[in-house]
Amino acid sequence: MTPPHRRRRHPGPPPPVPPSPPPSRAPAGDDPAGRAEREGEGRQPERLFVISGDGERVPLDLVTLIVARAEPPASATPEQTAVLRMCGAPLSVAEVSAYLRLPFSVVTVLVTDLLAAQLVQARAPIVRQQIPDRSLLEAVMHGLQRL
Amino acid sequence: MDSNASDTIPGPRTEDRLPHTTEAAAKIVIVGGFGVGKTTMVGSVSEIRPLTTEETMTQAGVGVDDDFGSASKTATTVAMDFGRIRITDQVVLYLFGTPGQERFWFLWNGLFEGALGAVVLVDTRRLEVSFEVMGRLEERGVPFVVGVNTFPDGPRYPLEDLRAALDLPPEIPIVECDVRRRASSRDVLMTLMRFLHSLTLTGSLT
Repeated sequence: MTPPHRRRRHPGPPPPVPPSPPPSRAPAGDDPAGRAEREGEGRQPERLFVISGDGERVPLDLVTLIVARAEPPASATPEQTAVLRMCGAPLSVAEVSAYLRLPFSVVTVLVTDLLAAQLVQARAPIVRQQIPDRSLLEAVMHGLQRL
Repeated sequence: MDSNASDTIPGPRTEDRLPHTTEAAAKIVIVGGFGVGKTTMVGSVSEIRPLTTEETMTQAGVGVDDDFGSASKTATTVAMDFGRIRITDQVVLYLFGTPGQERFWFLWNGLFEGALGAVVLVDTRRLEVSFEVMGRLEERGVPFVVGVNTFPDGPRYPLEDLRAALDLPPEIPIVECDVRRRASSRDVLMTLMRFLHSLTLTGSLT
């Protein structure tokens, strides 16, 4: 018996870069529906940007770690309060989304507002590089070995 | 959420909290056809109970995943399971199992961008369902290894026949696995890491 066959593909042109961040973000209180409307024309939810340790703007990733910097202020919404409470220890945006049972894009809006208010800190993820970071891979292998 | 049922504040259990020293997270994506064992693999290696994140996708007609110009759009909620492994006090690794409907994988913003690599799980009974995703990973330059999840009633092919059928270059690892077993799932991840490590020596992802 022979298995079905496929044909290998090769790297194409790089995928389109995410849309540039707007020069100044709208203040907190933006609703995601309104944002999607402005984005318009069927684009996926806007990717929101945070400032990395290097001062560069990077999009909020599923695995950007969020850490609370302050107690929830009296003015915080219930969702903001929940994020600040659960991020007493570092927590990924994906986990925040899971625990709040809110879609990822809604959580990125929530987190971006908290970042703007300096109530949370974001720790940028380790991303794939053209030449992978060997010491990181060795650490991961070591970590997996312990499982 | 049973373990949290009595809690009024949502969030991780105390024992699932990451140390404050955790500086950064990396991610790996597990892809493959429906029912091939992605969720099982996430669950078998994760140190936390697998969680689910979801996203609302705008969809322009069934089977079309790139054309958003159409006026007839529908919003679909897509769920994705993920798990977590603590690597060091500074680094944590997340594993994402892609949602069942393949056309959503590449719409999920940022799912593949930045991922260290991918595991493509294949089922020898339905090998062809993994062809499209392999091509997409190749196009995007996302390095991957292939895990052949063994099902008792699936045909067994010699790995070299599978390599030929999948048209994979000799350097891409293909390993048999039983993702219900933690050790086996871990070995697949180790294979991916060793493969990525080998790329640091050749200095290229292609």
